Amino acid sequence: MTTETPSKPIPEPDDASAPFWEGSLEGKLRLMRCTACGIARLPAREHCDACLSTEYEWFDASGGGSIRTFGVMHQKYHPGFYDELPYTVAIVELDEGPRLPTNIVGLAGKKAEVGMRVIVDWERHDDVALPKFRPA
Amino acid sequence: MANSLRGAGAITGLGMTPMGRIYGKTTNELAADAVRAAIADAGLTKQDVDGLLINAGITGFTGGGIGLGLQNYLGMENLRLLNHMNAAGSTAAQMVQYATLAIDAGMANHVVCVFADAPLAQGTSAGAAYGGAARSSGRPKGIAGLHAAAGYFGANTPYALAAQRHMALYGTTQDQLGTIAVGQRAWATKNPLAQMRDPITLEDYHNSRWIIEPLHLLDCCLVSNGAVAVIVSAAEKAKEMPRPPVYVLGMGQGHPGDVNRSGSEWETETGAKLAGETAYRMAGLGPADVTACELYDCYTYTVLVTLEDYGFCQKGEGGPFVEDGKLGPGGALPTNTGGGELSAYYMWGMTPLSEAIIQVRGDGGDRQVPDNSVVLCTGNGGNLSYHAALILSPERN
Ligand SMILES: [Zn+2]
Repeated sequence: MTTETPSKPIPEPDDASAPFWEGSLEGKLRLMRCTACGIARLPAREHCDACLSTEYEWFDASGGGSIRTFGVMHQKYHPGFYDELPYTVAIVELDEGPRLPTNIVGLAGKKAEVGMRVIVDWERHDDVALPKFRPA
Repeated sequence: MANSLRGAGAITGLGMTPMGRIYGKTTNELAADAVRAAIADAGLTKQDVDGLLINAGITGFTGGGIGLGLQNYLGMENLRLLNHMNAAGSTAAQMVQYATLAIDAGMANHVVCVFADAPLAQGTSAGAAYGGAARSSGRPKGIAGLHAAAGYFGANTPYALAAQRHMALYGTTQDQLGTIAVGQRAWATKNPLAQMRDPITLEDYHNSRWIIEPLHLLDCCLVSNGAVAVIVSAAEKAKEMPRPPVYVLGMGQGHPGDVNRSGSEWETETGAKLAGETAYRMAGLGPADVTACELYDCYTYTVLVTLEDYGFCQKGEGGPFVEDGKLGPGGALPTNTGGGELSAYYMWGMTPLSEAIIQVRGDGGDRQVPDNSVVLCTGNGGNLSYHAALILSPERN
């Protein structure tokens, strides 16, 4: 008899984010930049949430950023995470401006800190890779 | 020149059902119980009520919540004002605001504002009531799925992350957050309506389990079944009604939104600032005039950051401000005097509003504040995304 380890929720590409996930498989952090106001964003929608323009371009971010804030999760929410509790959940602000929810990995016993410099560290799955971050 | 809305409206009725782990009633039934009690409290009949504003709680999202159908459930005919509103935890204060505006404009006479929720099922945990979506199977869609993929779940996560940033920027301590929890529990011991009535110490606070660091279990609000209804009437009519009027001297809103780009300081600078500026201006009052606070307290941190944004202390000084226990019984700024959402009951924005009404009427019993002349009542929702303020007083002038 085998027991199946419940899997974590893995995002499924949609129209707006497809290039982001294609980039993820190549180790590129591919974002949108509004060509009207210049503000970079995560690819969540067609329009810029700063100025509402629908003109944009894709670009590859550097992968560097800093920990905006974080927490250490102890609560059991999703069975896919039970084995990893407690884990560090964070918001990383990329050097290009956008902020994304992520996990800090590779801390090797160190505690995360607000302002800590981090670099993207891809976690590979079947059709997407997830941008995690480790101390730079 | 004084704002013409200052003191134009008054809260004239309050109805509350039993709250907490109470079972066996639908949200419609709970709402009807609260509305019936509020109408009786105001000395009115159902026919006198010509406005109905409705706010479902979490069951408005998870199923079984009250909605527009409540009008028919209550058999209310020919209403002149009706809506089903949702701005999360700021809704209760907003319902009073819109009711006051409508009454002042001559659109309605007596508006009942009702909240009902029943997320707790017998034998399930409080966490299950709010964390259910996190357990859904299947793949989350698109870039928004990064939240679930990172284990960024519930309201606990954004509030913990906000508190962490405040601690990092300003040196706010776990003891300071704990002092808020201890003070509110001390108030709850004096409140017969409170779910949690055993006193706690700072040590108990530190010993309570982590939910998500830096939030302990005792930093987090309760989950409750129940309903609360209030009635808003014109100030002129309120004078002739049976209960002491609770005049609305100031109203304001502030909604910073939830943006994930550089520049937002959503963690430490909330909509309370904008809401407070508007409400203070309308009332012609400031933080130094406030004698008691009933602040939305989904988390201890929410209280701390709200006090800063209303100008009771400078930005970043909320920790030192609260650490002498001034929010608790006998303190200089009595706050969340029924125990709040942390220790009494979680009826979203109706928690601070109901306690504010009780205090302004002088019905606080063992917990009555020494000076109830200016009570600040707030609502907050989302990830510190939505905020509404009321300044309430037993005096119109
Ligand atoms: Zn733009």
